[in-house]
Amino acid sequence: MDSSILQKRKTMTTTTHFGARSFKSRLFFSIVLLFALITISIVFLIIGTLAAKGFRQINWSFFTQVAPDTFDAMMANASGKIIPGGILNGITGTLLLVGLASVIAIPFGIVIGIYLYENATKRYANVIRDITDVLQGVPSIVVGLIVYLWVVVDITKGYSVLAGSVALAIMMLPLIIRSTEESMKMVPTTLKEAAIALGTPYYKVILRVLIPSSFSGLITGVLLAVSRVMGETAPLLLTTLGNSSVNWNLAKPVSAVPLLIWQFYNDPNMVNLIWSSSLFLMGFVLLLNILSKWIAAKKSIQ
Amino acid sequence: MAPATSILSIEDLSIAYDRDKYAVKNVTATVRKNAITAIMGPSGCGKTTLLRAINRMHELYPNISTEGKIKLYGDNIYEMPTIELRRKIGMVFQRPNPFPTMSIYENVIAGYKLNGIHLKRSERDEIVEITLRDVTLWDEVKNALHKKGTFLSGGQQQRLCVARALAFKPEIILLDEPTSALDPVSTAKIEDLLVELKQHYTIILVTHNMSQAARISDNSMFMYLGELIEYEDTKTMFTNPKDPRTEGYLTGKFG
Repeated sequence: MDSSILQKRKTMTTTTHFGARSFKSRLFFSIVLLFALITISIVFLIIGTLAAKGFRQINWSFFTQVAPDTFDAMMANASGKIIPGGILNGITGTLLLVGLASVIAIPFGIVIGIYLYENATKRYANVIRDITDVLQGVPSIVVGLIVYLWVVVDITKGYSVLAGSVALAIMMLPLIIRSTEESMKMVPTTLKEAAIALGTPYYKVILRVLIPSSFSGLITGVLLAVSRVMGETAPLLLTTLGNSSVNWNLAKPVSAVPLLIWQFYNDPNMVNLIWSSSLFLMGFVLLLNILSKWIAAKKSIQ
Repeated sequence: MAPATSILSIEDLSIAYDRDKYAVKNVTATVRKNAITAIMGPSGCGKTTLLRAINRMHELYPNISTEGKIKLYGDNIYEMPTIELRRKIGMVFQRPNPFPTMSIYENVIAGYKLNGIHLKRSERDEIVEITLRDVTLWDEVKNALHKKGTFLSGGQQQRLCVARALAFKPEIILLDEPTSALDPVSTAKIEDLLVELKQHYTIILVTHNMSQAARISDNSMFMYLGELIEYEDTKTMFTNPKDPRTEGYLTGKFG
């Protein structure tokens, strides 16, 4: 290397443009940092507000009793006590709805995801992939309307757990399909080849090698899909309506935490319960997110 | 290369990835039993495709077309079920690829597990111990059999992969540049292992490394642009190559 070129470059960077460039670079970095801080602080503001306003209502009966009626709440407010009762009907309803939705969506989603991975370049796969993206973009209220038409009117002849679960499953499906395909792509092809070279039948390559090797990715995708639909309100309003008591019958209406939040919002006596219910929902979703991140980091095969 | 001891015969084999784009062109050769046959040649000469054609792994690529025959003990492998064929012809890959979700023990018997063949515990233990001794890995891992195979060093992982291929007692073992991702010490161990294994198995080895072929192989193929240019006793090929292209490759003029 010619030393004069090095010398020239050195003087260029140290004298000519150094000040201006460095300033631009620092300015750009500051803007990026500012935006990042604003984004982060929104999350902390949400959690902080919910915690500050909602913690007072969180006690044992919050988890063990159903939502109070408006008269009890009014009396409690008038005498300055906390509102009695809790959101047990909402918690059990949400678990039931999301559980049944997962039972419907997970097998479908994983099978389709594997199909897309295995036939990545085929025309059918591309069509399915595009339709999946469209499905993801369907507004949740529209999903609710359609399920109202299909399930509420035709099958259960009334608002039901089943209808709510079908609506949530439809919303989970594209998320699970895409995350399955993506996590399958992370499995090195050499593993698949190793299994095939041992004479392994095709279905066992998938069941015993591909799925176990991408297991953390699959679980992460499912957890994120669950946490995504857990807070859905609009489609549930049209499919499962709500219920003032705990219900385990799949053909009957059920409540859900976001539905209760909506109900509390519409009742001036229940305002305090909005915050504690939101805190609970937010906490649960946050927990699922942290859990999925932990699994992804812990169980990663690379 | 007397036909009496041949195990595999490749008859006028041509493989095309796209129409008229041949990766392997009109290759005819017989492979000797209980010997190490090396396939050499520059990148893109078709040596890996030829190797993969022997256990039909090349069929995994899309739009592949194959003409000609490969016969194992006289039976055309293209008329056998692939599952059966691949149990008779094992394969070891360029990069060590033990199953990350399985322990060392499970990796050795992975062939049985993945094929749903149930063995008694004593049989499994025996297969694992014998096979790991065969690949000289037993003493290094006997106290860690239930740890994940991915915790081993690269060289140990590759010997584990050889063990996984051996556990089925195949007729032939195909190796696709098995030492290209390994350090010299691990490479030497694998080479010693292959020389040891040829007493019981037939080995076909693709290698980039000419000195490796010279060190351990009995016969050598030299491929260039999909054609089998020369197929000889290794000593003869290295000391007295017939084709100028072979000589050019062996003396480092290209490749």
